[in-house]
This record gives sequence, C-alpha cells and structure tokens, in this order.
Amino acid sequence: MMGRDLLGIEDLDRADIEMILDTAEHMQEVGLRDVKKVPTLRGRTIVNLFFEPSTRTRISFEIAGKRLSADVVNFTPSASSLKKAESILDTAKTLDAMDPDAVVVRHAVAGVPKRIADELHAPVINAGDGAHEHPTQALLDLLTVYEEKGRIDGLTVAIIGDIAHSRVARSNIYAFLKMGAEVRVAAPPTMIPANVETLGVKAFGSLREALDGADVVMALRIQRERLADAYFPSDREYSATFGIDRAKLRFAKDDAIVMHPGPVNRGVELSHDLADHRPSVILDQVRNGVALRMAVLYLLAARHPGSKGGGWT
Amino acid sequence: MAKNTPDLRSSRGSGAIHAPVAGGVESALSHDREADGRVVLDDLAIRRSLVRIAHEIVERTDDLPSLYLVGIPNGGVPLARRLAANLRDVAELEVVVGMLDTTLYRDDLTAGARPRLRRTEMPSAVDDRIVILVDDVASTGRTIRAAMDALMDFGRPRAVQVVALVDRGHRELPIKIDYVGKNIPTRHDDRVLFRSLEGDAEGPFEVVILNENGGPGA
Repeated sequence: MMGRDLLGIEDLDRADIEMILDTAEHMQEVGLRDVKKVPTLRGRTIVNLFFEPSTRTRISFEIAGKRLSADVVNFTPSASSLKKAESILDTAKTLDAMDPDAVVVRHAVAGVPKRIADELHAPVINAGDGAHEHPTQALLDLLTVYEEKGRIDGLTVAIIGDIAHSRVARSNIYAFLKMGAEVRVAAPPTMIPANVETLGVKAFGSLREALDGADVVMALRIQRERLADAYFPSDREYSATFGIDRAKLRFAKDDAIVMHPGPVNRGVELSHDLADHRPSVILDQVRNGVALRMAVLYLLAARHPGSKGGGWT
Repeated sequence: MAKNTPDLRSSRGSGAIHAPVAGGVESALSHDREADGRVVLDDLAIRRSLVRIAHEIVERTDDLPSLYLVGIPNGGVPLARRLAANLRDVAELEVVVGMLDTTLYRDDLTAGARPRLRRTEMPSAVDDRIVILVDDVASTGRTIRAAMDALMDFGRPRAVQVVALVDRGHRELPIKIDYVGKNIPTRHDDRVLFRSLEGDAEGPFEVVILNENGGPGA
C-alpha cells in the first residue's frame, strides 16, 4: 500500500497504481486548456532537491507543481556538500525546518531518498536514485502504454538495454508486472544482472527473440557517462546487435510501439528515424510526464504535516 | 471534520454514485443498496421537475442560442443531458452540454483527503455564453463556488446561472440557485443522495434522504 512517500514502484500495489493513473488521466485535461493552471496546491511549497544533474525530470516536476499553483523551489546542493553522508541529512533537516509540503529528490546513490524521507515531515518523491528506482518514469510509461493500447494486462513488454544499471528498467519491471503484463529484458550479458529472472521477467541474449510478438519495445539509454565504455566494445557494435531500427522492429507485433526515457543517443539505442517518428511515442512520454507528476503531487503534497504515515482516501 | 471543511460526499451524493474506475472509463451510476433512505423524489417527479425547469429557462432567457449547460459530476451530468433533451422538445433548441469537475478547485483539500478526480469535458468555448451549471443536490454552496472558479478558467461567460434538482439548504456562501427542482428541508447530519436505481447512467433516478444516526432523515 502506498504511504506518505513515493520512493519506488516496489512499494505500490495495483490499486495504488490504478489510482495514480486515473488521476493522471484527468490531469491531462488541464494541460489542454488555455489556462493551464488550477488552484489546487495554492500556498503549498514543493522543493526539487536534485543532488544529481537533471534537466528533463526537474523541469517536468516544476511545470507539474506550477500547473497546480504550488510554489516550486529548485535546490541543487553543490558537489562539495555531497562528500559527507551526514551533510545530506543536514540538508534534509535544514529543508524540513522551512516546512515544505513535498520534496522531490534525485541522487546518484540508491536509498538516499529513503534516508531523507526518514528525516522529513514532508512527503518525499523519488525522482531517481542510483540504479534503484525512478517511479514517476515507470508510471508515465504505464500511462503512455495505456493511452496507446487501452490496457496493460496481457501485453508483452520488451525492455532492451542496460538492465543492470538502470533505475528506469527496475521501476518499469515492477510496474508492468504489477499491472499484469509479461516483461522481457534483453541486453549484452554484461548488462543483465544474474538474478534478474527472480523478479519475474524473462531474460534474452538475443534481440530478435525478445522482440518476437512484443506489443511494447522500450529502449533504455546507454549511460555512456557512467559506464566509461566498460560494458560493451563500441557504440557501433551495440547498435548493430541491440539498437532498434525499423528492420529489427519487424520481429515485434505490427502495431508495436517504441519507447525511450530520453535523451536518446541517436543511432545507438534507436535509429535516427525511429527516434523522431511513429511508432515511437517519446514525446508523448514527455507530455504524459507532466500530467503524471501533477497526479503524484496532488495525491501526496498538501497533506497536513501531522498526517505522516497515513494513506490517501 | 471541521464545519468549514464540509465533507462534500454528504451533500453531493458521491457515496452512492461511484467515481470513475481506473483507466478513466466512467463507471455506471450505481445504486448503493446498503443505504436505503426515504425517497423524496422518484424518477417521475425528477422528470416533471426537469420539464418545468426547461420551461422556466426558455421563459427567462432572452438569448436562447447562447445557452450552454454544464453538469457537475457525477449527478449533474445526467441531469444536464435530460435538461438538454427537454429544451429540444420545448423550444427545438440544440444546447451544448459540458461537464466540469470541481475537485481541483475545492477549498477543503488541505484537510488531507484526496478525492478522486472526475471527468471534465467542455466541448465549446464559454465566452459570451449563458452558462447554466447543473448540480444534483445544492447545500453549502461550496461546490457551486468551485464550479464558478473552474468555469472562469475556461473563459468569460456572459452570465452564469445554477440549476439544482434539490436544494437542501444549509448555505455557507452567498450563492443563489436560479432554478430549483425541489426545496427539501433537512437536518445538518442528513445525507441527501441523487442516485441511479439500476446502476444505469440514463436512469431511472431517485433522490433519497438518509440519516447515519439511524432511520430516515427529517
């Protein structure tokens, strides 16, 4: 059951996920209006606490908060304050004294949002922690698939790329399995964790087998800045074996859609053509990200500080 | 719950008319069989009220083509549709019907509850239109206040008026209902529900009073 915070999809049950998606579908309508703003979180303060650089996710949360009339403050602690573990908690305690109504946390180390949540009265939303989870990304991916396919249950989802180091993969595996989809993963062997099948997915060393009959093809970003080329010989080789282009997409269902959390390394995970055109739905994912984050802020922010530990109704 | 943050469920009847299910498909309005109260309006009475209100609207509106009916979910939506059908019969008018969820404009969200959102569909612009908000049960006026705020975000109507099938009193804001189906005096702790008898969004409908402290209300 969902509690006060949103730290990971692992903590949610299907009813929680359905509630968030249902709320997000209604938030989409606000984004279509001339006046894209509702007074729901007027007088509430949301802090974006990003220890790791991010433009897309931070802006998405910022726009979501502003469309709900919250005051959104971006706080990016300097790199020097990251050296000591206690300085993170100091930052959290300092923040808490300013009485925010929600804190959105991104950090390069798994588990930091949880540590911060333990210190804060305000609800904490995990915007990505190390290779652990990125729950709002998985939820916006569910929303996008639901919009395209009208259901999640019974679909086959193939996640292609660096499963071992990807919080997007982990959150999406939990999310799609909980919603009744079959989830497959495929990557070079160095990028697949040994125990991945214990999560309930099928692992493939061949792209063709993984794509066979898939309704959704999700390519992950190759984190070149993190991997330092250690896990695969070259972009070209990765692209040749696990990069998605229209020819390889023929293995999937005729009406399969292609997703990517962005930003795309064009010509590596996706061909240039697929990065920009149907059946890829990358810009829909971005658009849905705002509505989804509005839903999460609506459901979690503006809860009274005294309500720590409660659920929603 | 504090008096200034009323639980709108008790006045608007969403306890019986279910919120949309996940996935955004409007579920059928359904009859809450556990809550059998005293019927104060049956389907025939509701139909008659809506025919009378349609005549009153025609009589009192100088510019009929500018009418725009906006139902407040959930109960106001089927009522707005019926009213539109009546206006077609009475005055051969094709009236635009929209629906406007007021949840994001409520004044009691800080209390911690996160009500489910309902659908908003405004099929044409409201500028210079005579907008008639349609609600099932009017009480404190807070829902109407929220609906007016929401409406203003869609444009600048020439006038805003309100239809309520039932006005149960207990107003907390200076809001007037222009067209009332029936005034029903109630105790503060009564619940007044507009609901569908067979779970069908097209009706038949009824309005019941129940009192959680036992038995039918005032």
